[in-house]
Amino acid sequence: MIPGPFGYHRPASVGDAIKLLASLGEEARPLAGGHSLIPMMKLRLATPGHLVDLHGIAGLKGIHRDGNRIAIGAMTTQHELLASDEIRSSLPILQEAAALIADPQVRYRGTIGGNVANGDPGNDMPALMLTLGAAYRLEGPSGAREVMASDFYQGAYFTALEPGEILTSVTIPLPAAGHGYAYEKLKRKVGDYATAAAAVVLTMAGGKVASCAIGLTNLHETPLLAVDAANAVIGTSLDAASLKKAAAAAEAIMSPAADARGPVEYRKHVGGIMVTRALQRAAHRAK
Amino acid sequence: MAKIHVTMKVNGAEVEGLVEPRTLLVHFIRENLQLTGTHIGCETTHCGACTVDIDGMSVKSCTMFAIQANGSDITTIEGMANADGTLSHLQEGFRQMHGLQCGYCTPGMIVRAHRLLQENPAPTEDEIRAGIAGNICRCTGYQNIVKAIQYAAAKAKGVEFKEAAE
Repeated sequence: MIPGPFGYHRPASVGDAIKLLASLGEEARPLAGGHSLIPMMKLRLATPGHLVDLHGIAGLKGIHRDGNRIAIGAMTTQHELLASDEIRSSLPILQEAAALIADPQVRYRGTIGGNVANGDPGNDMPALMLTLGAAYRLEGPSGAREVMASDFYQGAYFTALEPGEILTSVTIPLPAAGHGYAYEKLKRKVGDYATAAAAVVLTMAGGKVASCAIGLTNLHETPLLAVDAANAVIGTSLDAASLKKAAAAAEAIMSPAADARGPVEYRKHVGGIMVTRALQRAAHRAK
Repeated sequence: MAKIHVTMKVNGAEVEGLVEPRTLLVHFIRENLQLTGTHIGCETTHCGACTVDIDGMSVKSCTMFAIQANGSDITTIEGMANADGTLSHLQEGFRQMHGLQCGYCTPGMIVRAHRLLQENPAPTEDEIRAGIAGNICRCTGYQNIVKAIQYAAAKAKGVEFKEAAE
């Protein structure tokens, strides 16, 4: 399986990458880790005339703490997230999710920028970004702008990225000290996208949930923030009735596709279970 | 599309070639360099038979363009034996523990396990299974592959691996 022909470009700076994308026009695609795009090109489902490979841009890699925010360069790989002490101590939910993405080889190449920018509803990081209140830095011919993850996703593979724009970094506010977290992902096998997955970040006070955010993966054409479900558990001790209410509120906003992972009813049902399990595990971890 | 000149180090030797941008690394390795130990299995980034080691990372060479490997340092299955030609601990482990039947997945398994043991010289069984999760074997049921890797880890520490192959 050999992709169609294309021109290859390897700029050394974001500025050069943006200029290339502008001059090459719609035929050009930025190339990050390539583990979504290259398989699509091999199947000829994607036939870009030019690839602008972002691997030559040193400034797009790295994890930096900036006050109470963590900035992650778009070309930082899942493997690098898993190896990072900063992520382990500040944002352990990212490591829990990254370890569930594809397999070791793919994680050496797959990037956080590609994962969040592609708009694939099956990707895991977008729901985490909603849950954590992350912002994306987008750079293009008319300058740089910051877009909240919650405003970024418009539909399957449709995002707030304008033609010629590149997502260059992700900025995540540090969750509260002592927060509990969990990413529960049901998948058929290693390497599969989620049948259903839920991310939870919460804080507990006096045995009750003080704050809570819940994100959902692959249960809609975009990642979802389950606000009503989170509100259903705030102020509760996560008793059985509250968990049931939260799962029902989350299921109410799910509209998964029926595919080889199961019919709609099944995926919503297990989606509710992922929410329940993630809430319980997060509460158990909270200090 | 014009061909582009690439150079890289493969199994310690400087190599060069002319590639179209769309040439996948696995095709460059197998066809230009005639190193056919690296196998093409699924061609869809699932099976891991094409795994090679690039700059200290296990990579599925069917999902990277040769041009992207320009300037890199690559080790394939042909570079896994000791410098004097004797089998490495891993190769010996696969032989002693019957870690292969048809052998198609073996080059990818060994190259991947090599990096796993570089990063984690004393992995648990669970860590081995997670570490080779990107490599599919349809013969062995994995049991003897796991043992082969345990054998190599033990041997590297100078300890005898006492379990028998299944």
